[in-house]
Amino acid sequence: MASSKEEAAIAYWKENVRLLITLLIIWFAVSFGLGIFLAPALNNIVIGGYPLGFWFAQQGSIYTFIVLIFVYVAKMNALDRKYDVHEE
Amino acid sequence: MDLTVTTYLIVGATFVLYIGIAIWAKAGSTGEFYVAGKGVNPVANGMATAADWMSAASFISMAGLIAFLGYDASVYLMGWTGGYVLLALLLAPYLRKFGKFTVPEFIGDRFYSKTARVIAVICLIVASVTYVIGQMRGIGVAFSRFLETEYATGLLVGMAIVFIYAVFGGMKGITYTQIAQYCVMIFAYTIPAIFISLAITGNPLPQLGLGGTVGGNGGYLLNTLDNILVDLGFSQYTVMKGSMLNLFFLTMSLMIGTAGLPHVIVRFFTVPRVRDARLSAGWALVFIAILYTTAPAVGAMSFYNLINTVQPGEIGAEEGNLAYENVPNWFSRWEETGLLSWEDENGDGRIQYYNDDNEAFADTAAQYGWEGNELTVDRDIMVMANPEIAGLPNWVIALTVAGGLAAALSTAAGLLMAISSAVSHDLIKGVFNPGISEKGELLSARLAMAGAIVVAGYLGLNPPGFAAQVVALAFGLAASSLFPVLMLGIFNARMNAQGAMAGMLSGLTFTLVYVFVYKGWFFIPGTNNLPDTPEYWLLGIGPQSIGAVGALINVGVAVLVSRATAPPPKHIQELVESIRVPRAAVGGSN
Repeated sequence: MASSKEEAAIAYWKENVRLLITLLIIWFAVSFGLGIFLAPALNNIVIGGYPLGFWFAQQGSIYTFIVLIFVYVAKMNALDRKYDVHEE
Repeated sequence: MDLTVTTYLIVGATFVLYIGIAIWAKAGSTGEFYVAGKGVNPVANGMATAADWMSAASFISMAGLIAFLGYDASVYLMGWTGGYVLLALLLAPYLRKFGKFTVPEFIGDRFYSKTARVIAVICLIVASVTYVIGQMRGIGVAFSRFLETEYATGLLVGMAIVFIYAVFGGMKGITYTQIAQYCVMIFAYTIPAIFISLAITGNPLPQLGLGGTVGGNGGYLLNTLDNILVDLGFSQYTVMKGSMLNLFFLTMSLMIGTAGLPHVIVRFFTVPRVRDARLSAGWALVFIAILYTTAPAVGAMSFYNLINTVQPGEIGAEEGNLAYENVPNWFSRWEETGLLSWEDENGDGRIQYYNDDNEAFADTAAQYGWEGNELTVDRDIMVMANPEIAGLPNWVIALTVAGGLAAALSTAAGLLMAISSAVSHDLIKGVFNPGISEKGELLSARLAMAGAIVVAGYLGLNPPGFAAQVVALAFGLAASSLFPVLMLGIFNARMNAQGAMAGMLSGLTFTLVYVFVYKGWFFIPGTNNLPDTPEYWLLGIGPQSIGAVGALINVGVAVLVSRATAPPPKHIQELVESIRVPRAAVGGSN
């Protein structure tokens, strides 16, 4: 019994870390990737008056950050339930 | 109604509100004093965190920075918001599960070491005190202008107000006061922004207006701004001007620093459950983003207005520049403060604003008969002058004053709270007098708070010359010492006391030395070893951006040292396992 509980704890943590890595890759790609590294190139594309690199740096990355945290909240709540470690 | 009377009424009403809340939410126990009894709703906590985080710098200075730096100011926008992703994913839920009162307490328990706890207290106090000096200056300036008294009197009034609601209410009072302050602040910021966006682009949403077209000629605002700036010898607004590598490290340092600042982290101790801590970080970012996505529009639009006021006609034409006798009211009003000034270099009675540092542009300027830039604008007036530029009624101008005060007061209170808990809980109870009663601890917490306010007030009256530079250090410190150790404490069960302390000290030392080499040892002028200019920076990374490198060094050293020494004791490994899950599974031992 003890071993299966331990296995469950390890599996829970593994899934958690995998989710974190996925979300952090998106965090990095959008802000540093699109907002800084690719910004000069993306600025050649203009959408509704916004050069795209500039938009990602001053607007898009902030919206992405918000979405990332709420996705994290939803996925973690589901994970907590799946492994029965959720709070009442 | 007269502007002065209106301002008194509106600002006075907000203070009555803040102090009333503090009395209503008086803390009775240490739990209520330090972490508001862990009973704050996550949405409310998000709002309080937003007010706590957004200081006078965010409210007053950021839009001005964006106006004059254009794209390059994105580092502040991304850096100060992106840190919340790190906070939500890597720290907040686990520190909430740990369930105690302060950040040094976590470090001390997780690394089973009083020394580690004391090092954390020192990092916390240095980072928070430097930050508080800036807030105190903001409070002094704002109050003295509002009460039309000397700076010192203004500062004393401000200190008295912080004293009342912070000392009596503790974290509980501060939390609910900050919610009220957030509301004042966000109305004060967005109402003028909506009107300026409507006036320039016809779109009431500033976030869309920034990408919109300019009323008269139908061109895109950003495009028009790019062109005017180039015609005046500046760089384009929307393109990168600084080095890409330095922008990268500066953004990263601000993100890690944000996630490592103790007064922000501690807010996630105040919610009831682990999942509330996650959610609360999301709400904090939503409330922060309302201001942070508006700021780029305020910056670009007020800058556009400023240039168009000065240069209403064709660039280079004899009559293209505004004659000084025709300046609008807001222009003269800000001239009185000395924050806006005009000097007629070529004696034509007209105002010329252009980039006279641009050598390639010098010939063109000479052809126009321009003999130097004549207009000096302090960046900080961009937000405060906005309602006047947009011609809004007096109550909106008064609201802006109240908003600036709310921003400075809320952050000062949060920082003072973090400093006083470190002193009363971590030093007095944790190290010097562990047997202290709850009543004694509460009293010492209130005394520490009063002491912190006096020290902060003193520093606000006699700011050390290096105050402005130290803000960068505050972020660098938080980034290179606290954040990596907190993260390793959660994600690396093998991390031991030796590793954590070696990591903190090496990250801290590296960052400090790097900053001192360029800024002067202990900021004493003339003691710097190298000039603080990009060509002397290591790989072009400036002292403000070095915190991220310090954090990497911290992690590297900590991992190496911990692998070379004995693993942490069993009960610590169990502690790490327990903070990783919100609740032990059914039948679990704890």
